[in-house]
Amino acid sequence: MDRSLFRGSYKPYVSPRDPCPPILVKTFVLPPQLFTNFQKPGLPQYSPEQALKHGSLWPSFVDGFYSEEGIS
Amino acid sequence: MWVYEKKLLYPVEVTTCNPMLARYIMEQYGGADGELAAALRYMNQRYTVPDKVIGLLTDISTEEFSHLEMLATMIYKLTKDATPEQLEKAGLGAHFVNHGHSLFYENAGGVPFTTTYIQSKGDPIADLYEDIAAEEKARATYQWLIDISDDPGINDALRFLRERENIHSLRFREAVELLKDERDRKKIF
Repeated sequence: MDRSLFRGSYKPYVSPRDPCPPILVKTFVLPPQLFTNFQKPGLPQYSPEQALKHGSLWPSFVDGFYSEEGIS
Repeated sequence: MWVYEKKLLYPVEVTTCNPMLARYIMEQYGGADGELAAALRYMNQRYTVPDKVIGLLTDISTEEFSHLEMLATMIYKLTKDATPEQLEKAGLGAHFVNHGHSLFYENAGGVPFTTTYIQSKGDPIADLYEDIAAEEKARATYQWLIDISDDPGINDALRFLRERENIHSLRFREAVELLKDERDRKKIF
C-alpha cells in the first residue's frame, strides 16, 4: 500500500514572529473512501488471516496510520 | 476584523403578531442545527484547516451571522408587542419569566444553546463533512419551518435562507474536492 495516496499536505502561513518553532508542512489524512463512492466488484482481496489483521478484506481500503507519520 | 452594514442581508417582512411562529423560528436561532451553531463552528474550525479553505470557512461563517441577524429580526418583530398571556399561549411563558421580551439563544423547545452542538476535530475531512451535514440539517429545518408557517413575508425570507444552505453545502463539497487535489502522491509524480 502506498500511503502517500491517502495523505495530503499544505504549507501553512509562517510568521517571523511565530513563538514556537514553526512546522513548515502540515500533513492530513485523505482516507480511501473519499475516492471510492461505490466499491467496484472484484477488487483484490487479502487472505482471511491478513484481512482480520488489517480490518478490511480489500487492500485498497487500508491506508494505515502510524504515529511515526507525525500527522498530529 | 469585520465591517458592519446597518441593513439586513435580505428584507424581513413581518405582518402579524405571532409568538408561536417566533418560538418555532428559535429552532434556527439557538438550536443544534441553527445559524449560531453554524457560524461558531466555521469561525473556529477555520484556524486549523488547510490554507486553501480558510477563506471559505471565514466567509460562510460571516454570512451565517447575517442570517442570525435576520432570524433575530423575525423573532423580535413577531413577539415585541405580545402580552404575557399571548406568550404563555404560544408556549413562551417560561421564556418570558426568564428573559422578558428579550431574545435568547434557545431552541423551539426552550433548551438553551450549548457548544456541545458543534465540534472541531482538527481533521480537515472530518470537519468539512460535519459542515456539509450541518448545512443539510439546516436546510431540512427551514423546510419544516416553511411548512408550519402561514406568514407569507416570513416564508419568503425562510425560502431565501433555505437556498443559501444549499449553496453552502455545495461550497463545502467543493472544498473537499480541493483538498483531494492536495494528495501527496500527485505532487510527487
